[in-house]
Amino acid sequence: SEKMLRKKNSKTPKEPFQHHQKSQSDLSVWLKVGRIDPEKSVQDHQSLNDQENNSKQENSLEPALNYFATGKSSFQRHLATVESVALQRGLPPEAFNVLLSTALSGKLGKPDTVNTRLLKSLIPNSVVPETSVVSAVSWLCVSKCSSNIQVLFLRWLITVFDLIDHKEDLRALYGFFFFFLQEEKMCPYVCHVLYLLTRKENGESIQLYEGMRPHLQALLSLYKLLRPELVSITLPAKTKIYFKNAEGPWKAAIRTIRQRKLENSPVPQPLFLGTARPRSRKRKWNAQLMIPASSTNRSHLEGVMGKNTDLYSTDEYFPVELLQTFPQLLQNIHHLEFPSRMGSVLTNPLLLHYMNCTKDESVYLRLYYWLGQTLQEECTWCVVENGQNEEEFRDFLEILCRAQCFLHEGLVPCEEFLYRSLPLWDGFSFEMKSYLYDPLAQLFFTSSLYFKCSVLESLKRLLQNWLNWQMVHLDSATDSQTHSLNTTFSGLVNTVAELIHFVGMISTVALRLESNHTFLLYFILEFYETVCDIYLKYNMPLLIMPPAGVFYPVLLGMDPVNLNQFCYIMYRYRANLVAAKENEHSEKQFRFSSETYKEYNQYITAMVGCLWTSNAFQKDTHPQGLQMDDELLNKTGVKEFKTSFNIVYHPAMIGYAVQFLQQAWPDDTTFNFSLIKGKKWNWYLEYLYAKGLEGLKVFIESSISPQNHNEQCCFIYK
Amino acid sequence: RNLDSETTALLLRKQWALYSVTPLYKFSSAHLKAYAKLLSAYIAAEKQKGLAVEVGVELDIKVAISSLPDLKGSDQDEAAILVQLSLRSQASQKKSEQKLVWSGWFCSVCGDDLSKNVSADFTCLPVFLANGAESYTSIVGSWFQEIFDCCFHRLAISPLSLSWMAAMWTGCKVEENASAMELVFSVPNLPQSLDISYAIHPEDAKALWNTVQKTPGEITQEEVDVFMDCLYSHFHRHFKIHLSATKLVKVSAAVASAHCDGIIKFLQSQYIIEVLMLLTELAISQIQ
Repeated sequence: SEKMLRKKNSKTPKEPFQHHQKSQSDLSVWLKVGRIDPEKSVQDHQSLNDQENNSKQENSLEPALNYFATGKSSFQRHLATVESVALQRGLPPEAFNVLLSTALSGKLGKPDTVNTRLLKSLIPNSVVPETSVVSAVSWLCVSKCSSNIQVLFLRWLITVFDLIDHKEDLRALYGFFFFFLQEEKMCPYVCHVLYLLTRKENGESIQLYEGMRPHLQALLSLYKLLRPELVSITLPAKTKIYFKNAEGPWKAAIRTIRQRKLENSPVPQPLFLGTARPRSRKRKWNAQLMIPASSTNRSHLEGVMGKNTDLYSTDEYFPVELLQTFPQLLQNIHHLEFPSRMGSVLTNPLLLHYMNCTKDESVYLRLYYWLGQTLQEECTWCVVENGQNEEEFRDFLEILCRAQCFLHEGLVPCEEFLYRSLPLWDGFSFEMKSYLYDPLAQLFFTSSLYFKCSVLESLKRLLQNWLNWQMVHLDSATDSQTHSLNTTFSGLVNTVAELIHFVGMISTVALRLESNHTFLLYFILEFYETVCDIYLKYNMPLLIMPPAGVFYPVLLGMDPVNLNQFCYIMYRYRANLVAAKENEHSEKQFRFSSETYKEYNQYITAMVGCLWTSNAFQKDTHPQGLQMDDELLNKTGVKEFKTSFNIVYHPAMIGYAVQFLQQAWPDDTTFNFSLIKGKKWNWYLEYLYAKGLEGLKVFIESSISPQNHNEQCCFIYK
Repeated sequence: RNLDSETTALLLRKQWALYSVTPLYKFSSAHLKAYAKLLSAYIAAEKQKGLAVEVGVELDIKVAISSLPDLKGSDQDEAAILVQLSLRSQASQKKSEQKLVWSGWFCSVCGDDLSKNVSADFTCLPVFLANGAESYTSIVGSWFQEIFDCCFHRLAISPLSLSWMAAMWTGCKVEENASAMELVFSVPNLPQSLDISYAIHPEDAKALWNTVQKTPGEITQEEVDVFMDCLYSHFHRHFKIHLSATKLVKVSAAVASAHCDGIIKFLQSQYIIEVLMLLTELAISQIQ
């Protein structure tokens, strides 16, 4: 125990550590703290500061208790000391006698506030001595305090009942408690106390009381069970009888202190990967996020089944609860058994190490089943009822992450969970950037082409889900439940924009890494196909152009499918921008920024310059664009650079041009592309459309004014 | 398979809450008596902690765990395991006066999809059905979770699965004077919740199903959809309400009744195994 360890390290034997067996009235020496040598034990180093604080507080508790014993000096200060010590660490057993007596004896006069405060601060840090309770009961008999205080005392007694060290004397007082049943106010609580105290031996004659209230029924039914001959009344057989929850403020405080004790103990605690702090809220019985490791009940099972079972070996197993240090793990590695619930290994690095060493498949299976079910059950965004437990689930996910980092490998149920639940994710439960984008980017850049493509596919679906969700939910303004997640429309717009920018960024880098691979470009364009229509299709005022790192590789790429698709996308961008401009004056009254229009116009210029007007490299005003001096271009040695990216000569289109030439001039074996001009140019266009280049068609028809094909492209003016 | 009358008496006409259970680790059907002893000690300990719902009446719970060897689909399935909690009131010591207060059973009917993926250390009984107070379910379930490292998860039945059940059960042969088929729909997003109950004469339902089903013994999703659409349009003709926009929450037929919260009631002994087969499939999809 804590106290014993301090005694060991005590340097000066002259101030011996006083055990609580000393006379309780001698308060001035009831507790002295031994000096601790910091160099002596490394273990204590961590808790050194805590202990110093403890000793300071305990030294101040002493005079406070002194005061209550003798009634001198400043009152409020001492009361505050007692309260603060109680809340932080709980009171030692020695403190209860004096405090209880003070509160119940009416020493402090009439006002109940003080006595109430005293009673409420009676939070034990270990046990409650029976003697203090006995003397408290004797004070109760004298009735020096108000009935409210008496009731509060009884409630306290019920709460700490299990912490009372002995109960024989208390049971001897059975008759006294019985006497209190007559008091109207105290009756329910006395019944509860009696219920707790009652054993078969207690035989008391029972008198009928007026009105069978639930607490009396409870007590009487217990009597009827134990000593049926004494109870002559019939009780309703099927009533559910409760004792009102009388626990009051102490229960939570006791639990907190216990938890703190565990954390501050000088005995080295195993390093937990996450806070295993049990939350105080009510849990479903079938799901627990944090499970303490406990040994398998194998010996239990063996005992009941008899020794003839060969199924279980008779080796002694090292109990898992005692496993706290790495050396212990090494020493006992052949005598270790996994805990009865595999889920508890997640917070325990030692058990995780052990898991790494074991070849037993069933270990992983058990963990995976538990993990899969827990994730499914507790997911805060898939199951509506779990919305309240977001923080807890978030902590759990964090623990999972840490465990996986520790193991240097992923756990399969996590992937499945993400696979199933990400499509349902509303996107608001967690902050995207740190939790998803950063790790995902790392993974993305270092993975294969196909993985990159599937990530892009998933992100496209995520985007679509968000957009669909907002269309369904934010339209129904009366739906108050959705707003419980604290979302606003602009919040969603920001989140979506963030996603699109993220995808733009990773696409740019990925295209460089994969040398503008066609397949990758296809998936990127799929994403932008959703993006371009956000305004018209999903009614969200957002328009984000692809970055230059995507635009130019497409424009100058070798693949007609992607080029065609991109033309379609640019056509859709135009449609959205035009529609937004027209609606500017209607009710919606939002506008896309001039930057957006500018960017669009720049891109359009480049595209039309390349594809149509044979002005590649000339008119591109985009900062990352193709604009280059003629001098520089001449140095390349390419003669006709201006036409090199139009629909005839473009690397992606030249195949079509060749086929066209062969059809239009079947006898001509030279590839005379300059023949494609004037009327033939229009035929060529028709030919391309017939080949399925619908995107190109709509792009050209919308972006290029039809007068003659040397005309400027159609800008959208803000 | 034919179930004996004792088993069917235990199962029929009771409301069972449905759970899916992950495989039990190191569970052996040879040690059921030992498990019963341990469970009974556990329950007694839990009662001491003051978790009792009913006070004073019962302090003596007797636990019986037995195997139901006929309750399975194929030979690969594990035999079902039945857990029963009875009350022995202190007043009378006679064994015949034990009152059954809670029963729960694990079973697997054609659960090969699950059992083929696990080693011999695991016992696959993915469906758990409980009848009785929730407090007992939680105690027994917690004990199983603790000892065999499994996970219980409430098994909800989606409206899609419910409509399958409606179609399937309509096609089942039942005796004369069978009860009407009833579908209950709940209407969401109303200030006061509204439940619509649609009762169909079993003969009519069967006639409709016979015209829809092409191959006897086989059911496709399209057939189920057509069947339901017919029912919906009939309702719409009379009441101008589109049932397809509501949520199907309960299906009752002569064979069995099922609720979307995961509650089932068996009404005909010869179809218990079939219903369990469907439930096993649902449970396995929730586990994997």
